[in-house]
Amino acid sequence: MAERGETIIKVEGLTAKYGDRLIFDRLSCEVKRGEVFVILGGSGCGKSTLLKHMIGLYTPAAGHILIDGDDITTAKGDARRRLLRKIGVMYQSGALFGSMTLLENVRLALEEFANLPNDAMDAIAASKLRLVQLEGFENFYPAEISGGMKKRAAIARAMALDPAILFLDEPSAGLDPITSAELDQTILRLARTLGVTFVVVTHELPSIYAIADRVIMLDPRVHGIVATGAPAQLRDHAKDEWVRRFFRREAEPVASAGATA
Amino acid sequence: MRSNTAKMPGPAAGARIQTERDADGALRLILSGHLDVDSTGALWREATAAAQGAGGGALVVDATGLDYCDTAGAALLVALEREQQAAGGAFAIEGLRDEFAQIVAMLRPSETATTAPPEAKLSFLARLGRSTLEVATDLRTLVAFVGELSVFTLRTLRHPGELRFRDAVSVADRAGIGAVPIVALVGFLLGLILAFQGAIPMQRFGAQIFVADLLGISMLRELGPLMAAILLTARSGSAFAAEIGTMKVNEEIDALSTMGLEPVRFLVVPRVLAALAVVPALTALTSGFALLGGLVVFVQLGFPAVTFWNRILESVHVSDVVGGYAKALVFGVIVAAVGCLRGLQTGNGAQAVGASATSAVVSGIILIAVTDGIFAVVFYVLGI
Repeated sequence: MAERGETIIKVEGLTAKYGDRLIFDRLSCEVKRGEVFVILGGSGCGKSTLLKHMIGLYTPAAGHILIDGDDITTAKGDARRRLLRKIGVMYQSGALFGSMTLLENVRLALEEFANLPNDAMDAIAASKLRLVQLEGFENFYPAEISGGMKKRAAIARAMALDPAILFLDEPSAGLDPITSAELDQTILRLARTLGVTFVVVTHELPSIYAIADRVIMLDPRVHGIVATGAPAQLRDHAKDEWVRRFFRREAEPVASAGATA
Repeated sequence: MRSNTAKMPGPAAGARIQTERDADGALRLILSGHLDVDSTGALWREATAAAQGAGGGALVVDATGLDYCDTAGAALLVALEREQQAAGGAFAIEGLRDEFAQIVAMLRPSETATTAPPEAKLSFLARLGRSTLEVATDLRTLVAFVGELSVFTLRTLRHPGELRFRDAVSVADRAGIGAVPIVALVGFLLGLILAFQGAIPMQRFGAQIFVADLLGISMLRELGPLMAAILLTARSGSAFAAEIGTMKVNEEIDALSTMGLEPVRFLVVPRVLAALAVVPALTALTSGFALLGGLVVFVQLGFPAVTFWNRILESVHVSDVVGGYAKALVFGVIVAAVGCLRGLQTGNGAQAVGASATSAVVSGIILIAVTDGIFAVVFYVLGI
């Protein structure tokens, strides 16, 4: 296993546009191996857009994204497939395949990419579900389980081939605080024990304080990153007042009312 | 809301408006009563019309008598203010209670609000260029899709182990076995009606016996494959688009892509192969039941059933049947591929899924008609 702390994802000069609307203007950042890296920002600032560029779903207008040294924006065919083997993605809605049981969802990648006997695949898939505390739910369909369980099952599926990097899109959105905290525990355990690198898009503050090693804060005003650092550091020492307010969960001060003329 | 206000005692429900001229020439708009969403609606036109009487001069809204004002009422005040500002006249609100003033302050448009730049009006040439580009992109997508589909279908045919066999069988079951009742019914009625309608004019020439020829050739060569394909589009093309479209909306297609599983290989190939497998059977069923329907009429006309069979054997050539099945196979591929393509092109939201399903049926039927025309020309040239 490679060294912790070395660069595993390198975003270089990423420019992204939706039609004529500029989202990122030459954005650059780096993710280190083994860290929990959080992409943060207000609604509509491009968090999910950055994530989708990193996992190769979107093609940037300019710039490169290197994963373990290979450019995912230009990789094709087998090279792309090798790159995709290194990553796992949990989508916002879970995106589990509705026509398959949880076990089959997790097994799918194993069936397609690993040359394993049937019972070995079952055993591995079941163990991934155990990793996210879903033992006993192997034969349930996604429609039969709760939202939090779907997200955990989606993490298990993303882990099927033991990727080096896990991308999570809003893991705690729509979950109650306890389920959300449990999910944070799961993420931390996987990061600390297995050395998995996490890239997480979220705006749940408690979750960020619990899991994040490093945070980048996106801001539509600059079409890119406005601050980088550990969450506590940004809360207390960020240069930008908006960033400090974000971490303290403060709204803009209410303007004095009454002036009507 | 409406019932709540209806229960309010007399004077509280509803607001009144009066206008006065101040000594200094300013127009004074006196609002009183209960300014909520119901009463504001009734008052809006009256108030804005009255405010226009200020004619660029000062306008004072006297809200002293206002005992209730919600966001709808505050919106009226803000609208009056904006119109006055636009007309260049001074504006003031007097006697508005503090809690209502706060609502008004919240509704005032902020000066720093970022407004989206207005969509630039494009010249005719620019619009033509844009539409051309859109059509070109669409065509490129289509060509890329056909290419990808061909590559993966050929690969699957060479390595059958790669086919998701269970998926293909389940699709074939739904698209094929599930379609038997409607195909049988439509086929039977089609044959019955065609034979009956054909028999009436033929009777005048004593040529009723040729009803069998008419039915045999038209069904086996033309209508059987066509009806089967149209039914397949309506039942299964739309279903493919809706299924895959919903997967797209749920990010399942993205999930497949990032797992390194090409959606075309994984979702489209099994569906196309399943359609290819069931469409000959559906065609045979449609034609078979149509002939059965024709036979009923034929027997009613007083001919023995065996004559029907003999006429068909005599008039229908093997090339008619083979041509019909060749068409059916092509139709099957088109219907399944277009359904899946529309599904993969689905945008966001429930409406997009519906649009994809509709578009799958419409494009499917258009393509079937066009292909049928091409086949007619080709068969004519080949002398089939």
